[in-house]
Amino acid sequence: MTGEIGQLALCLALALSFVQSVAGLIGVRSTQARAIANSSALGMFVFTVLAFGALEYAFITSDFSIVVVANNSHTLKPMIYKVTGVWGNHEGSMLLWVLVLSIYSAGIALLKRGGEELTSAALGVQGLLAAAFFLFILLTSNPFLRLDPMPFEGAGLNPLLQDRGLAFHPPVLYTGYVGLSATFAYAAAALITGDIDRLWARAARPFMLIAWIALTIGIAGGSWWAYYDLGWGGFWFWDPVENASLMPWLVGTALLHSALATERTGAFRVWTLLLSIMAFSLSLIGTFLVRSGVVTSVHAFASDPARGVFILLILFLAIGGALSLFAWRAPKLASGSAFQPASRETTLLINNVLLVTALAVVFIGTIYPIVLAAMGTRISVGAPYYELFFAPLFLALMIVLPFGPRLNWRRGDLKDALRTLYPAMGAAAVAMIAVLAFVSPRTVAGAGSFAVAAWVIGASIVDIVRVLRGRAVAIAAFAAALAHAGLGITLMGIAGTTLWRSEALEVLGPGETMHIAGYDLTLDGVTVANGPNYQALRATLEVGSGGEHLGTMTPERRMFPAEGQEAVQTAIRTTGFSDLYLALGDNRGQGRWTIRAYVNPLAPFIWFGAGLMALGGLASLWGRVRAMFFTRDTSPVVEPA
Amino acid sequence: MKRLLIFFLFLSGVAFAAPAPESLRDPAQEAHARALQKEFRCLVCQGESIDESGAPLAADLRRLIREHIARGESDDQIRHYLVARYGQFILMNPPIEPDTYLLWGAPVLILLLGGIAAGFIVARARNRPAPDDGSPAV
Repeated sequence: MTGEIGQLALCLALALSFVQSVAGLIGVRSTQARAIANSSALGMFVFTVLAFGALEYAFITSDFSIVVVANNSHTLKPMIYKVTGVWGNHEGSMLLWVLVLSIYSAGIALLKRGGEELTSAALGVQGLLAAAFFLFILLTSNPFLRLDPMPFEGAGLNPLLQDRGLAFHPPVLYTGYVGLSATFAYAAAALITGDIDRLWARAARPFMLIAWIALTIGIAGGSWWAYYDLGWGGFWFWDPVENASLMPWLVGTALLHSALATERTGAFRVWTLLLSIMAFSLSLIGTFLVRSGVVTSVHAFASDPARGVFILLILFLAIGGALSLFAWRAPKLASGSAFQPASRETTLLINNVLLVTALAVVFIGTIYPIVLAAMGTRISVGAPYYELFFAPLFLALMIVLPFGPRLNWRRGDLKDALRTLYPAMGAAAVAMIAVLAFVSPRTVAGAGSFAVAAWVIGASIVDIVRVLRGRAVAIAAFAAALAHAGLGITLMGIAGTTLWRSEALEVLGPGETMHIAGYDLTLDGVTVANGPNYQALRATLEVGSGGEHLGTMTPERRMFPAEGQEAVQTAIRTTGFSDLYLALGDNRGQGRWTIRAYVNPLAPFIWFGAGLMALGGLASLWGRVRAMFFTRDTSPVVEPA
Repeated sequence: MKRLLIFFLFLSGVAFAAPAPESLRDPAQEAHARALQKEFRCLVCQGESIDESGAPLAADLRRLIREHIARGESDDQIRHYLVARYGQFILMNPPIEPDTYLLWGAPVLILLLGGIAAGFIVARARNRPAPDDGSPAV
């Protein structure tokens, strides 16, 4: 029954998405149609929740008469992986995709930001997107297909995915990816209604922020997952799938900044519209890359050409449609903003040029090998390529960054801005000298990174002090300072880990000791341990430093009999400033084992900084929510960013 | 349990068959090998260089590079050797040649165009009279 209920709910949701799109678009002119679009959005949400609930139920009860469950679950799998395993496969993850989309649709319908007409048009656009993806699911990726005869046992879930990370990473990342659809819908709605002033940017702002926060957390969380799961201490691989999530983030970040100018002074109106279209387009391209099997990855669950072609079709229709609308409407908008070279607008422009170039680097680096492969040449574009371009781009970005919040809109005072930056300059100089003097190996890259990080963090601290003294618009400036400081801290983490990591690879027998960066690691032995659905080889190592016993660490290698696969479970001991990271290698006979050990200085800063960035986004969102619900919010433009 | 032990015995047997010492005795040569092995992709992994990968193939390639370094071959000779055997795909950094001009040039071009466009936008915005629409300048 479950499968049929889910199937029916999906069909009804598809029907409602069509109604929503037609009624929403007509609703720009008609009050009645508007009401229909609104209730369709809510109805679509209800039926999508029902369909999702049905699949959850099938997974939880191990209903192997459903193909997806049989292929991706197992009775012995712990409950948390039955619940989260729903999106650990292609069909279920697409169902999660439309679930998130329908939540945003309902949000747009309920909040009605930007007025009735704009909301209606946005719902129309969202309805079209939803319809496309419901069709995609029903035609190529139906999660409710039956299996006859029903197998006694399921095939299980990829052990790499049997991790707490699966509970958070995909839903959070999808909240980001799909959240950009709301911004896209508002941008398209503005083009449809012709009301391309500042209103739409302000209406879309909360959705933009939610999407950006979720992307930030999702990307950082995915990187953390890779860090502790893959066993060599790396945190970013420039893998096409990671790039697929980084691209919308880069454009989303550019968009958040450009939209500020649009909202406040009407500057960059056309550009902000274009960025909104680009941001979601890149989400779609990311979905295509991941779901089509064009790239091989742990994320590409199954490759079926029909699916790839279908997503490509959606991609072309959405991007092509939006860009045509843009080409038709945008020229009518003579952008007429006036600002001086020393103004916040200029700094935001620099921010956008640099971020979009960074996007271009990732885009070209990801797509180029695919295109060349189609022409018969196989090349690979790896980390060195991206790092070569990212280092100078982010260096420039972060040097300019502190000027932004200090320069007024339209006409700023550069001298005054510089004066408030003296403490930050001091911090940068001290950081540079300290790194050159005390840290070995001595590297220019390290000194430069720390100087720039201290410059940005120092400026952010000055900003926060200014907020506390009541000299700046409180929440907006506070949010920006938090996010910018986060970027500085992440940079320190990346520089510290890549430039000063120590590693050791040794073969240890019981009682033997290895040394790394001041730690002494003594192997007690390797034992067999049993988990709920795996059996593990667990190495026990005593960790000491200078004769003092610090604790015990137990890296493991886990064997999952149901799936016939193996996974490493690393052991990480963190001081908050550096990580001691251990992975168990292979058996060298006679009780001797390979142990890989790394000390990653400042590694925790990478994720701490990302958390701070997300917190900055949350603070900004809080400012908006407060304005929405707790104050009378009638004036259209005058509001803190 | 027995199955597990057999499984691991099998695994360890495979690993044990490979010669053990991976690092070169000469620290300078070893550092050289470490730097060089970051340039090559682990062909069976995703996005990892052979420097980072735990895969057996990567370990074989690391050993191979060390053998060649010990023989006193130059980096270019080693690169050519590996490319001849595994194709360009093994290079993390694709070489600059007609096929990849666009790959290396496009980011620079986009930055230049973006910079020029931004310059024009600022110049035009500067000469425009400030609108008096009542919104605050601060």
